[in-house]
Amino acid sequence: MMTEGREVLLDVQNLRVQFKVRGSRKPFVAVKDVSFQIYKGETFGLVGETGSGKTTIGRAIVRINETAGGVIKFKGIKINGVIPKEVDRMVTQKIQMIFQDPMASLNERAKVDYIVSEGLYNTRNYKDEEDRKAKVSKALLEVGLLPEFASRFPHEFSGGQRQRIGIARALIMEPEFIIADEPISSLDVSIRAQVLNLLSSLQREKGLTYMFISHDLSVVRFIADRVAVIYKGEIVELAETEELFSHPLHPYTRALLSAIPIPDPVVERQKKVLVYDPSVHDYSKDKPKWVEIRPGHFVMANNAEIEQYEAMLN
Amino acid sequence: MSEPILSARDVVVKFSLRGQILTAVRGASLDLYEGKTVAIVGESGSGKSVFTKTFLGMLDANGWVDSGSIMFEGQDLAKFKTEKEWLTIRGKKIAMVFQDPMTALNPLKTVGSQIREVLELHQGLRGQEAKNRTIEILGQVGIDNPAMRYNQYPHEFSGGMRQRVVIAIAVACNPRILICDEPTTALDVTIQAQILELIRNLQKQLNLSIIYITHDLGVVANVADYVAVMYAGDVIEYGTVEEIFYDPRHPYTWALLSSLPQLGVKGQPLYSISGTPPSLFADIKGDAFAPRNPKALKIDFVYRPPYFRVSPTHVARTWLLDPRAPKVEPPEPIKAMRRKYERYAT
Repeated sequence: MMTEGREVLLDVQNLRVQFKVRGSRKPFVAVKDVSFQIYKGETFGLVGETGSGKTTIGRAIVRINETAGGVIKFKGIKINGVIPKEVDRMVTQKIQMIFQDPMASLNERAKVDYIVSEGLYNTRNYKDEEDRKAKVSKALLEVGLLPEFASRFPHEFSGGQRQRIGIARALIMEPEFIIADEPISSLDVSIRAQVLNLLSSLQREKGLTYMFISHDLSVVRFIADRVAVIYKGEIVELAETEELFSHPLHPYTRALLSAIPIPDPVVERQKKVLVYDPSVHDYSKDKPKWVEIRPGHFVMANNAEIEQYEAMLN
Repeated sequence: MSEPILSARDVVVKFSLRGQILTAVRGASLDLYEGKTVAIVGESGSGKSVFTKTFLGMLDANGWVDSGSIMFEGQDLAKFKTEKEWLTIRGKKIAMVFQDPMTALNPLKTVGSQIREVLELHQGLRGQEAKNRTIEILGQVGIDNPAMRYNQYPHEFSGGMRQRVVIAIAVACNPRILICDEPTTALDVTIQAQILELIRNLQKQLNLSIIYITHDLGVVANVADYVAVMYAGDVIEYGTVEEIFYDPRHPYTWALLSSLPQLGVKGQPLYSISGTPPSLFADIKGDAFAPRNPKALKIDFVYRPPYFRVSPTHVARTWLLDPRAPKVEPPEPIKAMRRKYERYAT
């Protein structure tokens, strides 16, 4: 499947994810009617605040959360809902996830050798013990760790090294698509740069595609090619990174951008923080829709707002 | 310049841990001026929280101030021994806002009673008077409909509102110094912006002097008048916020600023610091940052640098400022910041 000459790796259409609420018939809708495409080789940033549903989208793609509606296609093949066993296996292998907290996401009682091999065991994706060991060594080397670390336990490592183990565990499956859910949020400032650089160089070497989920807009601005902003389960704006940062349209995007602290005292003192008030939208008659206001720049707006946004762009 | 309201000198804090002695703070110094904010920046384990806990006598039972002085209103807090002495300071003159509003509040007591408790204990207010004052304070920290909120429990408040309550408890007794330990780390950016604004407004209204602990340099740029950069239990550089951001001198400050994605160039690797901070159990010789600094001088591995004065308000602990040192250029992002500042000035 191709769009404007670029290969679409992941295609999400009208995705809906809901959770049962105890003592209530009405489910809680965490993700409503979300659509986006991710191109092969790009880094797609998904930005939102606590409870916005950004992690839920990532988890729905890797089939941890069930979907209540919509279609997720990976390389043109449907991967949500009821799917054949081979497809499920392909998802397990080709799509990998890196988690936020390297202290919590590694099994404390297992050695690094097992932690990194777990995916291989599950898919029996190795010839023999020797082959498995070779794959573990290679994965550890690729993330800048020594192969002899395989015999150690997670508690012997620092936060940055643990996150590298988490990345090695994903890489060993030879994935094409990696969902990184806040991979550097819990790391110290001086370690963050190391992990960001590692992710970038792995992407170049292996042609990986990333979905980078984060609440930290300055990191997303640095690493992502395109960014989607999600608010209460809905994507409100999507554009190429620089376009989004220089011409934010949706009032929520503008409020979010104005709130990021900039490490520059002069800029920070002059800045004006905007507050998003959802009641600015009058959607009673004129319903909002997902429109491409400029090539590649999408925003959720009704007709009156489209006019207003177009005026802002000109 | 005016006298500092609080002045810590060469504070050493040690902990005894499973028979071993750990040095968490290795001779750190800090000045806080009246009505100003000093931000302490550092990574986890740099000792920033432990250092400030000594101003409140809140070290864990296995820790102690080994040497140094902390002067506040003519008293040396480092000499305090008993809880009775601390109760004249803690909460009354120096108050603290904690990181996580979820755990700082008692879930079984109403918000009103938790603020009121402080007023009863420290100011001797009783009955209707205490209640009225509590409602007044709730309004002051930006909580709508405070009379109704008075009777609610913490779980009925959102994260941002809970942090406002924690701040209300801290400022209830009109302290002179407010210590904020990463008060917005657990919050979303839009809520963070509101809390930062609230702290700034309260500072003006109550003439508070603030110590703000954070690892987020964006927040530092927002709140600070002065900045202390901590590394391995020591303040390695101290200056005004402009001096630290536009004219930093210590290689660690250079590295910390340069590794920020905001200062990076897209598509190029970020400036990164190799390795990890030293173990606090180890005896640190020379400049603690030297093993991670590719341009470290020989002397950095042997002698600990003293503070060199850059300006009346700016000091840095690095041998690079010694007149005999070779000239070492800061990394490109730091030079870019300096050029930017020169453009602002013109």
